[in-house]
Amino acid sequence: MRCLVTGGNVKVLGKAVHSLSRIGDELYLEPLEDGLSLRTVNSSRSAYACFLFAPLFFQQYQAAGPGQEALRCKILMKSFLAVFRSLAAVERSVEKCCISLGGRSSRLVVQLHCRYGVRKTHNLSFQDCESLQAVFDPALCSNVLRAPARVLGEAVLPFPPALAEVTLGIGCGRRVILRSYQEEEADSTVKAMVTEMSLGEEDFQQLQAQEGVAITFCLRELRGLLSFAESANLSLSVHFDVPGRPAIFAVKDSLLDGHFVLATLSESDLHSPAPRSPELRRLVPPLQAHSTPHLDDFANDDIDSYMIAMETTVDSEGSRAVPSTSLSPGLRPPCSPGPYSEDNEAEASTQPGTPPPKKFRSLFFGSILAPAHSPPGPSPVLAEDSEGEG
Amino acid sequence: MKFRAKIVDAACLNHFTRVSATIAKLAKTCTLRISPQKLNFIVSDKAASGGVSMWCELEQENFFSEFQMEGVSAENNAIYLELLSENLSRALKTAQNARALKIKLTNKHFPCLTVSIELLSVSSSSRIVTHDIPVKVIPRKLWKDLQEPTVPVSDVSIYLPVLKTMKSIVEKMKNISNHLIIEANLSGELNLKIETELVCVTTHFKDLGNPQSDIVRNKIIHFDLLHEDVSLQYFIPAFS
Repeated sequence: MRCLVTGGNVKVLGKAVHSLSRIGDELYLEPLEDGLSLRTVNSSRSAYACFLFAPLFFQQYQAAGPGQEALRCKILMKSFLAVFRSLAAVERSVEKCCISLGGRSSRLVVQLHCRYGVRKTHNLSFQDCESLQAVFDPALCSNVLRAPARVLGEAVLPFPPALAEVTLGIGCGRRVILRSYQEEEADSTVKAMVTEMSLGEEDFQQLQAQEGVAITFCLRELRGLLSFAESANLSLSVHFDVPGRPAIFAVKDSLLDGHFVLATLSESDLHSPAPRSPELRRLVPPLQAHSTPHLDDFANDDIDSYMIAMETTVDSEGSRAVPSTSLSPGLRPPCSPGPYSEDNEAEASTQPGTPPPKKFRSLFFGSILAPAHSPPGPSPVLAEDSEGEG
Repeated sequence: MKFRAKIVDAACLNHFTRVSATIAKLAKTCTLRISPQKLNFIVSDKAASGGVSMWCELEQENFFSEFQMEGVSAENNAIYLELLSENLSRALKTAQNARALKIKLTNKHFPCLTVSIELLSVSSSSRIVTHDIPVKVIPRKLWKDLQEPTVPVSDVSIYLPVLKTMKSIVEKMKNISNHLIIEANLSGELNLKIETELVCVTTHFKDLGNPQSDIVRNKIIHFDLLHEDVSLQYFIPAFS
């Protein structure tokens, strides 16, 4: 693989890497025919992010050497980010950026051609990997809203940077409401401040959603995409469904597209929140009235339901909606022992060293292959990433 | 108990935000006392604040275009609320481009001070930010601990030098020692001194005025800040 990025696009690439770094610790780089894809997933598998840079984004783009199969690799996010650490410096001094993989080098080579003839070469070690693919389809989401990233950036401004979760919903009068979500601790005497931002329908380029629908997701994970979209002056669209089903945040222009897929709290996770404002008071009951527990098709002991579907072949069916794994209160997830098993599923416990306890389950990495069509060969899931799983 | 107030003037809002930010820097928790004419931010000299106490007073009509309150009872027409100063400061900071700011005492499953901000927006629709700050209503029997401290009879009182200068000096001294020695006399001289085993640093200020009123006493240092419509008094207990 060999791609050459020049001019302002180097900074765009850098900014994309920065936003991916907010999600996961490993970057999956895969040169495809329709462009270079950079993907990552967080450790609890509740957030997936992907940028696809079209061939036209590059001055030169060669996915694979002649007669060679495209290589794909997984690198430490930290290492790749270090190349683009200071975006200001990148903008100031980098003229070209060349990324190459394969050939004689057993490293991913990122070479920055800077001003005054300075050339910085980064040789990053990588691991071979299977393709990281989350299955999702924005078209299947019943609710969409779209606004310039700047509007959404301003909308999240009142929320503290440390705030983890936020609820996004449609209140009465078709107002879009963002409210800080705090898990209530029963024994806590110190209540947290609740912040709510309400925007009018006119601020949105598209608003196709019912009043009363709301989802709760991790704002921290979205901030990366928001800041990327703001800097690139793009619109951000949010596709979502019922609570529990993943929400898809997307940006797109002629040269690239980005998708951040974040898990949302399901009905059983949401405590009945105290109605905060008249608008949301109406928001809450409909939420509960419309809840339809989804029975997981793979609810039993199929360990794959909770893991990333690793494709070894191109999926010719195209992307499909993932079967929902949001469980009705009656069902409990099996306690799978595999390295990807979501430790937080069985109980909302805090384990030292793990990411903050999340009630989000790894919902959307459903097995896209029904048991009858399981690919032959070793189950790559368990073998491949075990060293990466902390 | 009722309280609702509104600020529409940008300058007043800005000023109120800055006062709140200052309070947030001085004390983690503070008491907000609401009375018909005034708002007070109070930090009482409990052990938790390290013996420091603070009394800040604002004339409400200098800030609010509307102000209505109803205290606990007719004879005790005041409301005392305990809150995290940072919450109020943070809430007010989001009101940078506000058309109007409303504060009211509400009960949303627990008592709150709800700050509701209407933002200026380029589009025709308005944007509204609401913050519910949890507060604890302080019962009347504890009000006696939260009264304005009497200014003690002092030995020396002196006007401080340019605050910016003092601030930068004290900040540098902070790196060397935890304790600061303040010496002042009635001839307009002030010394800020730190002493450690290895080094002793003194900054001398001269020609400072000595006001008529009394400020400093042996055991307590009283800083009195008067700025436009706000007065802030800060008391620090001294070691010796």
